[in-house]
Amino acid sequence: MAKITYIENDGAEHVIDVKPGLSVMEGAVKNNVPGIDADCGGACACATCHVYVDEAWRDKTGAPSAMEESMLDFAENVEPSSRLSCQIKVTDALDGLVVRLPESQH
Amino acid sequence: MSDPAAHVVILGAGHAGGTAAALLRQYGHTGPITLVGEEPIPPYQRPPLSKAWLKGEADADSLALKPLEFYAEHDIDFRASTRATALNRGAKTVSLSDGTEVAYDVLIIATGARAIALPIAGAELEGVMFLRTAADAEQLKATVGPGKKLAVVGGGYIGLEVAASGRALGAEVVVLERETRLLARVACEALSDFFLACHEQHGVSFELGASAVAFEGQGGHVAGVTLADGRTVACDAVVVGVGAHPNDEIARDAGLETARGVVVDLEARTSDPAIFAIGDVAHRPMPIYDRMFRMESVPNALEQAKQAAAAITGRAAPAGEAPWQWSDQYDVKLQIAGYAFDVDEIVVRGDPASGKFAVFHLKGDLVQSVEAINSPPEFMMGRQLILGRKPISKQRLADPSVSMKEVAA
Repeated sequence: MAKITYIENDGAEHVIDVKPGLSVMEGAVKNNVPGIDADCGGACACATCHVYVDEAWRDKTGAPSAMEESMLDFAENVEPSSRLSCQIKVTDALDGLVVRLPESQH
Repeated sequence: MSDPAAHVVILGAGHAGGTAAALLRQYGHTGPITLVGEEPIPPYQRPPLSKAWLKGEADADSLALKPLEFYAEHDIDFRASTRATALNRGAKTVSLSDGTEVAYDVLIIATGARAIALPIAGAELEGVMFLRTAADAEQLKATVGPGKKLAVVGGGYIGLEVAASGRALGAEVVVLERETRLLARVACEALSDFFLACHEQHGVSFELGASAVAFEGQGGHVAGVTLADGRTVACDAVVVGVGAHPNDEIARDAGLETARGVVVDLEARTSDPAIFAIGDVAHRPMPIYDRMFRMESVPNALEQAKQAAAAITGRAAPAGEAPWQWSDQYDVKLQIAGYAFDVDEIVVRGDPASGKFAVFHLKGDLVQSVEAINSPPEFMMGRQLILGRKPISKQRLADPSVSMKEVAA
């Protein structure tokens, strides 16, 4: 299990044990963490699972694909740390990962 | 007026019903919630059934919206393998197929839609399948593989996704379509042509303008499809994908206002203020098109689940949306925003031969819908233009060297 901390825009923290193999998005959705909508269920088709990855973790989460970057380019409130959480696969190496959620997913 | 102690009963445990239950808890509803589902398993995502799941790239756990424990942990009484048989609005009760009766304060009808069967001979033969439920997909996966021939009746999105998955599983695939082009009901010709060429390249064969008139059997199992011109196409299995019909009978029988589905307002509320209807079963207003219609898509199910959960818990309604949907076939990502109502011009941006292009449907200088093939910027910006009702320049839109941000500026 990898412990992942999801921090809502209002500061509320959710610490979830996520099974390796799931995505960071699935870890949130399956545990009813508010703030990640994931309308398309992880198909990289909607950009409603937008998160900010804490700087310390950016190497370990890898780089976004061209498709993901292209989707992110048109999402709201995008920052250099923005990722689509459906595209980050959870591994043991991500134990301790912290992601922050944007104000809205539209 | 919201009552946090109200008993909310949800009929239908699909994407819409399951999401509504979870959102009610997320929005702070503390009263009892009963979620009644016909299938034996808790709510799950249907879209992967014709895509990743069929190819073995997703399992039951990953399809589930929430793990089974979620429902008990959040005090949601999930009743599997149970169907509502009657609604008594006077007494505010619902009769269930297990013989029990449930009283509600607030009712959400999320009964979805069912696959339309072809009214032709042999439709009851073994091996004539639909793709609506996980059980359907399980049966299909067990039937299709190398050395097998799959006939798909209906060249719509479901049919084409099944064809792509069938090829990935090593089966021979033929698509039989009544119209003279694919996706005739839902897409323009440029897209029909693109998908035809794409599937042919992947080895799918097509019979266009071909009406199935009978299924032929051998020992009770389907062995072929007879067409109106008298030919019979041999096959080992058939998937019928010719559309869906809303499960709105329970609402009709109870005297709720219905059209092509249960009529609702912008809060997803029916003609009875204590009853909501969401998802595939709802006939809903869409202000950006100034009309009402019924949609079959996950984003619509989610949006209406939000509308109903917000209304029930006294939250502000969600901001309006531009409807959208997606399809994955081979390495093609299709994203569609909006619906092509009242369109007077079509603009193709990019070269279809490159495998990357978008088709914009315009009403004057307003974008009504966009079909984007491997083109996220066109989809993302198109969605914003549809929602914002912002006029654009056709010349600039048609010129791929002008970025979508500039087009929308």
